[in-house]
Amino acid sequence: MHKLLTEHPGQKMMLLGNEAIARGALEAGVALAATYPGTPSSEISLNLFQISRESDLYFEYSINEKVALEVTAAAANSGVRSLCIMKHVGMNVAADALMTLAYVGVKGGLVIISADDPYMFSSQNEQDNRYYGKLSGLPIVEPSSVEEAKDLVSYAFDLSEKLKEPVILRTTTRINHSSGIVTLGKIPARITGGDFKKDPFNYVTVPAVSRKLHVKLLENIAAAAAISDLSPYNFIRGTGAWGIICNGVSYNYAVDAVADLDIAAKTSILRIGFSHPMPAAMIKTFLKGCEKVLVIEEGEPYMEEAVKALAQEEGLTLPIRGKGKDLFSRLYEFNPADVRARIAGYFGVSFTPKARPNLADIPEIPARPPNLCAGCSHRATFYAVRKAAEAQGLETICPTDIGCYTLGFMPPLSMGDFLICMGSSIGTSCGFSKATRKKVISYIGDSTFFHSGIPGLVNAVFNNHNFTLVILDNGTTAMTGHQPHPGVDMAQMNMEGFQQVSIENIVRAVGVKHVAVIRPYQVKKSIEAIKGALVHQGVSVVISKEACVLHRKSLKKAGGKPFYVGDKCKNHRNCINDLACPAFYIEADRVKINPDQCVGCAVCAQICPENAILPITRSNA
Amino acid sequence: MDTTRLIIVAVGGQGNLLASKVLAEAALIADIPVRMSEIHGMAQRGGVVESAVIFGDAASTIISDGEADVLVGFEPSETLRALNKCSANTVVITNTFPLPPFTVMIGKGVYPDLSQLRNLIQAKTAKLIAFDALALAKKAGNVMSLNMVLLGALIQTGTLPLAGECVKEAIRAATKASFQEINLTAFDLGYAAAQNA
Repeated sequence: MHKLLTEHPGQKMMLLGNEAIARGALEAGVALAATYPGTPSSEISLNLFQISRESDLYFEYSINEKVALEVTAAAANSGVRSLCIMKHVGMNVAADALMTLAYVGVKGGLVIISADDPYMFSSQNEQDNRYYGKLSGLPIVEPSSVEEAKDLVSYAFDLSEKLKEPVILRTTTRINHSSGIVTLGKIPARITGGDFKKDPFNYVTVPAVSRKLHVKLLENIAAAAAISDLSPYNFIRGTGAWGIICNGVSYNYAVDAVADLDIAAKTSILRIGFSHPMPAAMIKTFLKGCEKVLVIEEGEPYMEEAVKALAQEEGLTLPIRGKGKDLFSRLYEFNPADVRARIAGYFGVSFTPKARPNLADIPEIPARPPNLCAGCSHRATFYAVRKAAEAQGLETICPTDIGCYTLGFMPPLSMGDFLICMGSSIGTSCGFSKATRKKVISYIGDSTFFHSGIPGLVNAVFNNHNFTLVILDNGTTAMTGHQPHPGVDMAQMNMEGFQQVSIENIVRAVGVKHVAVIRPYQVKKSIEAIKGALVHQGVSVVISKEACVLHRKSLKKAGGKPFYVGDKCKNHRNCINDLACPAFYIEADRVKINPDQCVGCAVCAQICPENAILPITRSNA
Repeated sequence: MDTTRLIIVAVGGQGNLLASKVLAEAALIADIPVRMSEIHGMAQRGGVVESAVIFGDAASTIISDGEADVLVGFEPSETLRALNKCSANTVVITNTFPLPPFTVMIGKGVYPDLSQLRNLIQAKTAKLIAFDALALAKKAGNVMSLNMVLLGALIQTGTLPLAGECVKEAIRAATKASFQEINLTAFDLGYAAAQNA
């Protein structure tokens, strides 16, 4: 049995933040969940996916966040408690649905998890999704700890059903990927079946209906504001005149700092866990008891702006500061020592920071950047495209996309020149091919193609753009932990009830005239096929098919035999210089291959000018 | 209760997430407050994996520069890289068997000299325990038990509020039956190595 299905209420368990949220969903009676995977939210989905296979929970990996939100919006409007999970930038994809869903509202509970990523540990930006609360009018709740994250899921569902609106539960990476001790609650029976009652004058958002629904939304925001003022997730700790207003993980750093600085008697901390709408009356009362206030929040000055506006309404002139020089940054994530230093500085508390060792004499330590895996098929594809373009003397622009293959932008592959979001490889290819005279070759992964690549490709065909799209089809969503997507053969993973969607059929169906399917481990054949695609005028597509090596290992499928560098090697080093596969190393000025890393893709063997790279056989082992 | 802050650094695949999980489970068994955070986005793609484990009453789950009480490094150059987390009061335990990054392996970077590395860490921290943990893992029966060797050494230092028996119980609970004996042997070998260091 999945550990998150453990009954025993009251039992303590060590859980990852994302596991705690998944458990919270079960304790809230969630019966339907949908997601598109994205770090730092991925483990919430992974756990619910596993649980759905041994319970009556319905879970799906939708093709993108917008579809996931639409799936859950319909289920919730049929009275089924539903959870929609995404990373922060996924909210941008779902935003079109979100904004008008706020007008329509829900019947059963709907909670949307937005996992923000301050410092961008694994994201392209660090946008602060609390502004989606303001933009859409929907309530936002935010936990400060793993324990609270679990409990907040049930609270958010109750709130959603009370207001008849979706509720956004916003986390940051340090909640998702922290672990803590959680006390288990009860798991109620799931209500998996609902009903949808026709009511088109409240559900079909033509202008006349929406004009009425916007009024209802504003009433709901006012109702939410009243609840926020009384919410147990907005609370005050202490009675001192030095005010601290904080949210999320900043609360932990503030609590630790107040203890370390021994200023508990002088301070009061207002922790905001229900951050949209802000608890206006509570904040006004809090401000009246303070001499000065410091607002501590990662990201944008969301609370600071609200607090300053509320002070103005009350005619209060006490100093309120947050972001700014010598105070807090809008950049990256905070840490306990910095928060302690800012609190001490702002309130004039003397303290001596711990002496840090002088690291001036530490030699330079070689970096350890992430790399495509040994034998990764993306490397083989990038190499083949490079050789094909070089052979034709092409100057190229290579828009890339989001996935493991983004790492191909690093030398020596250097295949990746522009990236803004999921699917942007194709849309930007249209623009680059119109605005420049260079050959545009773009890259997109299989899962990303399904997520948001298809509309760009249709656009390219319709508008007759001129570029080559390379679809890197490794049969899984590799980057986020091998989640399935519509192109995956689910039967291979012993899962029934799915159909497989062919990328090649889609590409041909939208009208791409030149389509080549390659096996990237066949180097010469691949280069020739790519050359054909590059000379085609108009949109050409190369589908490069080879299983992800990590996924193959996890499915316990046999790989190839490892290779070694034989005596014929003349140290040209094309292998290392052009491929940079991490299985290579140099020993006594000779190239060697680590047999524990080599997966036997044989790509290096095909490019060695001396044919010196050979498979290890029993006789030469 | 007093707070003890532990940083564990490793290269993806060395098993440090299991090590920190074992410590957290041991704390749960011993009824000691514990919080933990990890950064493992690129673990399987050769990147650095860092976990922070905080025992005691602190609310934070991360550790600022200069504030680790104990640093455990699974790879010597990564131990050196994490020195910014240490102060003159920090106890450092490191494996000495190097796993040079790819850039070094192909001759495009220089790996720090190991004896200089030891001297630098020793000079800047309270105590350094350095030994070839990989050799002991092999002796225990599996290179993958490197994490348990280092846990043994860590517990021997007495820097954490955890007894060896408690950690062993967590090891038994967290590992497959077929690996239990190897892991417990590895733990004991690491413990003894730290005693003799």
